[in-house]
Amino acid sequence: MSLIARDIRLKLGRSQILHGLDLTAQAGRLTAIIGPNGSGKTSLLRALTREYLPDSGSITLNGRDIAGLRPEVLATTRAVLPQHTVLSFPFTAAEIIRIGLTAQVDSGRDRLIEAALAKVGLPGYGGRLYQELSGGEQQRVQLARVLVQVWHPVGRGGPCWLFLDEPVSSLDIAHQISVMELAADYARQGGGVVAVMHDLNLTAMFADHVLLMRDGRSLAEGPPAEVLTDNLLSTAYGCRLRVNHTPPGGVWILPQAVAVGMAERV
Amino acid sequence: MAMLEATRVRLAGDRSHIGRRLAALLFLLLVVMSLLSLGHGASGVSATQMLLDWLAGREPAQVDRIIMYSIRLPRLLTGLLVGAALAVSGAMMQGLFRNPLADPGLLGVSAGASLGAISAIVLGGALPPAIAVLTGWHLVPIAAFAGSWVAMFTLYGIATRQGRTSVATMLLAGIAMSAMIAALSGLIIYRADDQQLRDLTFWSLGSLAGASWTKIAVAGPVIALALALSPLLARGLNGLALGEAAAAHVGLHVQRVKTAAILITAAATGASVAIAGAIGFVGIVVPHLLRLISGPDHRWLLVNSALLGASTLLAADMVSRTIVAPAELPIGIITALIGGPFFLWVLLSNRRVLDA
Repeated sequence: MSLIARDIRLKLGRSQILHGLDLTAQAGRLTAIIGPNGSGKTSLLRALTREYLPDSGSITLNGRDIAGLRPEVLATTRAVLPQHTVLSFPFTAAEIIRIGLTAQVDSGRDRLIEAALAKVGLPGYGGRLYQELSGGEQQRVQLARVLVQVWHPVGRGGPCWLFLDEPVSSLDIAHQISVMELAADYARQGGGVVAVMHDLNLTAMFADHVLLMRDGRSLAEGPPAEVLTDNLLSTAYGCRLRVNHTPPGGVWILPQAVAVGMAERV
Repeated sequence: MAMLEATRVRLAGDRSHIGRRLAALLFLLLVVMSLLSLGHGASGVSATQMLLDWLAGREPAQVDRIIMYSIRLPRLLTGLLVGAALAVSGAMMQGLFRNPLADPGLLGVSAGASLGAISAIVLGGALPPAIAVLTGWHLVPIAAFAGSWVAMFTLYGIATRQGRTSVATMLLAGIAMSAMIAALSGLIIYRADDQQLRDLTFWSLGSLAGASWTKIAVAGPVIALALALSPLLARGLNGLALGEAAAAHVGLHVQRVKTAAILITAAATGASVAIAGAIGFVGIVVPHLLRLISGPDHRWLLVNSALLGASTLLAADMVSRTIVAPAELPIGIITALIGGPFFLWVLLSNRRVLDA
C-alpha cells in the first residue's frame, strides 16, 4: 500500500510551482520532502492532500485515485497537519482535538483525546485555552488533533497516513526528537508518514525515504544515504555543503546526540 | 448507579456540560420572559390571571381576549422568531467569516432588505391599483424579503468561482455592494415626502409594533425552518474555525457548509428584517456573551443563541413599550442603546482572550 504521485503539475496564479513531480511513499516508512525555501515542498504536500488541485498528474492513495474520494472517506484514511493554524475563537485544547473526530461515527471518544494529549507530551492540558498556549504547545495540540483522526496506523481499509508540514519547526530540540519519534513510530506500526522537513539532521535520523526538491522539480528520490550527499545538497541549496564533516572547533550540537528514548521523558 | 454517574470523570476542557445546563436555564428564562411580555402592555390585562381564569373555567372578558389574541400573542411570537433568527444568524456568520464581529449585514442582506422596503414605501403608491390591492400593506415586508435575497444571491454569485466561494471576496464585495445599494436607497429617499420619511425612519430602526398573524404566517415558517436546520451546521462551523483547508481535511464538505450557512442566514435575516425592520446588535452581543460562558463550540452556541436572542428581544421590546408610554420607541434604539455599551464592556474586560 502506498501513495503514488505521478507527473504532478501545479500552477498558482501565473507562476508554475510544480513541474511534473513524481513521488512514491510506502506505508510503513517515513518519507521526508526536503529542499530550499520556495522549492515547492508545501505546495506538493497541498497537492497530495487535495488542498490544491493539480493541473495534471495523478495521485493514488492505497491504490485509489484521491480525486474520486469524498472528504469524509479521505478523512478516515489520512490526516493533515498544517504548518500553522490561526484560530478564530477561544477553543480549549480538548475542543480542538475533538474537531479531529469529525469524520468518526462515534465522536464522543473522550479517552482518545486524553491519550493523544499524553502522546504529544501535553497530559492534563485539555482545559487550557488554545490561544494561551505557546507556539510549540499549539503545534503539538494540532498534532494531537491530527493523531485522533487516524489513531490506528493500520485501519480496516488498509494503512492510514499522516501528512505533516514542518511538524517540528516551532519546537525545542527535545520536543523535535519526541515528535519525530512519534511519527517514526507511526510508520513502524504500519502507517504511512509524509513530512515536509527543514532540518537535514532530523531528516537523516528519522526518514526512510527522501525526496529532494528544487524549483518545483525533483532532484533526487531515494534512501537518505543516497539523497543526502555533498553534491546533491550543494546543488539543491545553492551553497557548499558537506555531510559527516565535523567542524574543527567551537561549539556544535547535533540532535543525534540526544539520548534515544527522549519521548518517554516528556 | 447514581454514584457511578456522578464519579464518571469528565474530560478536562470539554465545556459541553456547561452548554447543556445553560440551554435549560435559557429555556426557563425564555418562558418567564414570554409570560412577562404577554402581561405587559397599555391595558392592564395579566397573562397569568387570564390563564388562571381559563383553568378555573371562567370566561375572560371579550376585550381582554381580543387584546391577548390579536395584539400581544402575535407580538410575542414575532419577538421570539425575530430574536432567535437574528442571534442564530449572527452566530453562523461569525463562524463562517471566522470573526466574532461579523453579522448578516456582510451578506448584503440588510442593505438589500432596506432597499426593498424603501422602494415599497416611497414608490409603492405608483403601482397599478390592481397590483396594489393584491399586495396591500404586505408590500413592504415582501419587498424587503425579496430585496434581501436578490442582494445575497448577487453577492454569492460574485464570490463563487468554479464551485468555490471565497469568503474574503464576499466580505469585500459585500462592502462595495452595500455602498452601492445605500446610494440607490438614498436616491429614492430623496423623492420621499414627510409621511414616507417617518415610515422609513421607524422601519429602519426596527419595531415589533406592526406584528400580526398574517406577517407571522408569511415569515414564521421561513424562520422556523432556518432555525431547525441550523444545528446541522454545528460541526461544520467548528471545523471551519481551523480554516477551510483543515476543515476539508477533517472530512467536511466545506463548500456545502458555506452555501448552507449563507442560505440559512439570508432566509432567517431576510424574513425577520421584513416583518420587524432592521434591529441591530442582537446578532453580535448574544453569541459573544454565550461564547464567554460556554465556549465557541457551535453544538450549543447555535441553540443557546436562539434561546437567548429571543429573550433579549422580548426584554428590549418591553422596554421600548414602557419608556415613553403610551408612545413606543423603535426597538432598534433600545438594542443599540443597551447593546452598544454592553458590547464595549465585554470587549474591554476580555481583551486578553480576544487578542490572543
